[in-house]
Amino acid sequence: MQAYINSTGIISPQQTYDGTFFATPIVNTESMILNAMEPVYKEIINPVLLRRMSHVIKMGLGASNLCLKAAEGIRPDAVVVGTGLACLYDLEKFLLSIDDYHEKMLSPIPFINSSHNTVSSQIAIMNKLTGYNITYCHRAISFESALMDSLMLIAENEADNVLAGGIDEFLHNYYAIFNLLSYWRKETISNLSLFEGSHAGSIPGEGAAFFLLGKEKNENTLAKLIDVQTFVTKCDVSYLNNEIDNLLKRNGLQRKDVDLFLLGRNGDNQHDGIYLDLEKRLPETSCVAYFKHLCGEYMTASSFATWVAANILKTQNIPDCLIKKAPAQSQIKRILIYNHYLEKEHGLILLEAK
Amino acid sequence: MARRVFITGFGIISAIGNGVEENFKSLTEKRSGIGKVSLLETSLSNYPVGEIKADSETLAKMGGIELSTIDSRTFLIGLIAAKEAVQMSGCEEYLSSMGLVGSNTVGGMDLNDRYYRELISGNGTNKDKVISFDCADAGERIANHLGITHNITTISTACSSSANTIMNGTRMIKNGIADRMLVGGMDALSRFSINGFNSLEILSQTGCKPFDKNRDGITAGEGAAFLVLEAEDVVGSRKIYGEVSGYANRNEAFHATASSPDGEGAVQTMEKALASSHLQPSDIDYINAHGTGTLVNDISEGRALDKVFGENVPLFSSTKGYTGHTFAAAGAIEAVFSLLAINRGVVFPNIALNNKLEEMNANPTTELCEHPVRNVLSNSFGFGGSNTTLIFSKI
Amino acid sequence: MSEEELIEQLKTQIIEALSLEDITPADIDPDAPLFVEGLGLDSIDAIELMLLLERNYNIHIDDPKKRREVLTSVRTMAQLIQSQGKE
Repeated sequence: MQAYINSTGIISPQQTYDGTFFATPIVNTESMILNAMEPVYKEIINPVLLRRMSHVIKMGLGASNLCLKAAEGIRPDAVVVGTGLACLYDLEKFLLSIDDYHEKMLSPIPFINSSHNTVSSQIAIMNKLTGYNITYCHRAISFESALMDSLMLIAENEADNVLAGGIDEFLHNYYAIFNLLSYWRKETISNLSLFEGSHAGSIPGEGAAFFLLGKEKNENTLAKLIDVQTFVTKCDVSYLNNEIDNLLKRNGLQRKDVDLFLLGRNGDNQHDGIYLDLEKRLPETSCVAYFKHLCGEYMTASSFATWVAANILKTQNIPDCLIKKAPAQSQIKRILIYNHYLEKEHGLILLEAK
Repeated sequence: MARRVFITGFGIISAIGNGVEENFKSLTEKRSGIGKVSLLETSLSNYPVGEIKADSETLAKMGGIELSTIDSRTFLIGLIAAKEAVQMSGCEEYLSSMGLVGSNTVGGMDLNDRYYRELISGNGTNKDKVISFDCADAGERIANHLGITHNITTISTACSSSANTIMNGTRMIKNGIADRMLVGGMDALSRFSINGFNSLEILSQTGCKPFDKNRDGITAGEGAAFLVLEAEDVVGSRKIYGEVSGYANRNEAFHATASSPDGEGAVQTMEKALASSHLQPSDIDYINAHGTGTLVNDISEGRALDKVFGENVPLFSSTKGYTGHTFAAAGAIEAVFSLLAINRGVVFPNIALNNKLEEMNANPTTELCEHPVRNVLSNSFGFGGSNTTLIFSKI
Repeated sequence: MSEEELIEQLKTQIIEALSLEDITPADIDPDAPLFVEGLGLDSIDAIELMLLLERNYNIHIDDPKKRREVLTSVRTMAQLIQSQGKE
């Protein structure tokens, strides 16, 4: 089961909505939140429809529209979205209004918007896409679940082209709640210093990344999606090694065939250990790179990583801002993304040059 | 040709009973579980609901666990149903290599409702509950309890959620990613859902009356159901209760909450499901309709049934008059009812119907019928135009 | 408050309740239909407008036919409010 990544559209804390790949200086901020840099949504989405949409819905529609625009007329047969928190803003708004208004005279709009499939549905409504449509909400493997389903659709010949995306937004209340669980970095630092020293906590981010996955490649193809694997368990690096090796083996590959390991390390020493242990066991010839200092920590951050990987495979260049370790490489043929959430939900995404 | 997918076990808990046998008894005795709310604290207590008459402590005992402070009601009812499915199937020894696809819309809303405000104000007394808020929690913890570690995910597409888990699990097996999948959904009653549907003015004052001319909206219900799906080549000699023989997922692309009045979205979904099963409309012996009791859905679905089946609409009913609308769990709960129809040769009646809907030609069946049932078509249509149709067949 | 003043007040409240970001009170013709044509509002907006009448003017209407009449235009909304002495 494989698919070609034929176009992308991404809204992220870096300037990516204009379709460029790290063309502008990397965001360097001590704000301790990596908020998305966003386009003017009115220019992308019908203002009449825009009015009811909360931020996460706008981000999702914005990014998917950018992806479809870059696809130059290819219409997807299916829409598959992964989101960890979905429309938490609207859920919260409605939840709190229940007590605020004593269960009377409640506005229905946040309730409607709070449905986890609002983004995938609005994409369908806006673009009149009546095909297969689904939303996965399983924390840090939401996007991986979306990719897996997309691969199945293409293998089944149920879709020639699938619009797949990952989306999560930053919310102050979500931040406050998870602060109680020591998720976030206490010391003020630049995002670019996220991996310096050993500290507890990460920096929150947000983003929406969409991909048009196709059965066939074309002149715009960035990369090929080869395989996806997820597992849910607390584990040590031996278990992880086994999972990685199994994934590679079933694709006829070994570790030395992977040129770049793109890791979801987020600077939180409470949970980064497994990444560091893994790095010690990677081939000397492999590059290692991180990405969360650029997009922040959010449940579908692996969609940002997938965008990064697809662009690296297309340009054959690993931007310096990502690199942890980079021995001289003649060619970057394969990238393996590994990401986890609190060492519980783990995702592996394997991509190859087209 | 992709391998066939069989159902070897199922489990259920709803307003009409704990477990398959209690649910079956209520269905055959035309005993609705809809009534006055008793456990959920809400000022909207004049709206009837389909409530499971068991508090969290009782539910935990039923699920065979000690109640912990982070156990949401959604998780507890899901665990009960999942365990029954596993036990029926006899697949315990295979759990570590199975996958699980769960679904719900409200997550741990009973905990969320109670603790959210204090948590966002910085009061961390109950911070351990946070982990149970989202909709991944219930399915993931059920997986933990059962020792399932791979091919786990959660689908949330409003009222078609658990129907989509059955479709997804079937496809995971057909695509060779897994041999066995535990699939289903759970949604607990919450102030959130009741107030949500009330804000849309589609809550019934008297109890939902699917396909009735005087229907006045949905009745909120709660419940959970799970199915064990297995590839044909791994079932061995264990009992098979049916096959997932067809499925389709389509989006209406019409409106955030309403289905298209001409039923076109539902037509496409049902036709696609039939095509995938290689069955003709005339092969369908029973349709378990979505039939929520709203003004819009029932007309839309009714018209769609007329269009797909013409003059020969099979026996059909909505069972939401028994359970209320269990939101994400509806697809799986109605899958269990569909399998009971197949295995026990009965068609369940559409209760609470007194006056026929004029906009459709066919009439739902209002009496229990003993009737051979080879193939059942089950509809689940959700917010955002998420439509899923499943077809189950006798082996 | 005169009918015209109430109409202007209502326009601002409608814009806020329905998040009509790019529309100013001057853009809304008080006599134009609110639904289908004119502002092109839908059934969810109708619910929001009823909420507006309840929360701001203490007016509650259950009868769907009466609702449709009241929500014909901004002026019909204003006239109802005034007829009930609720401005």
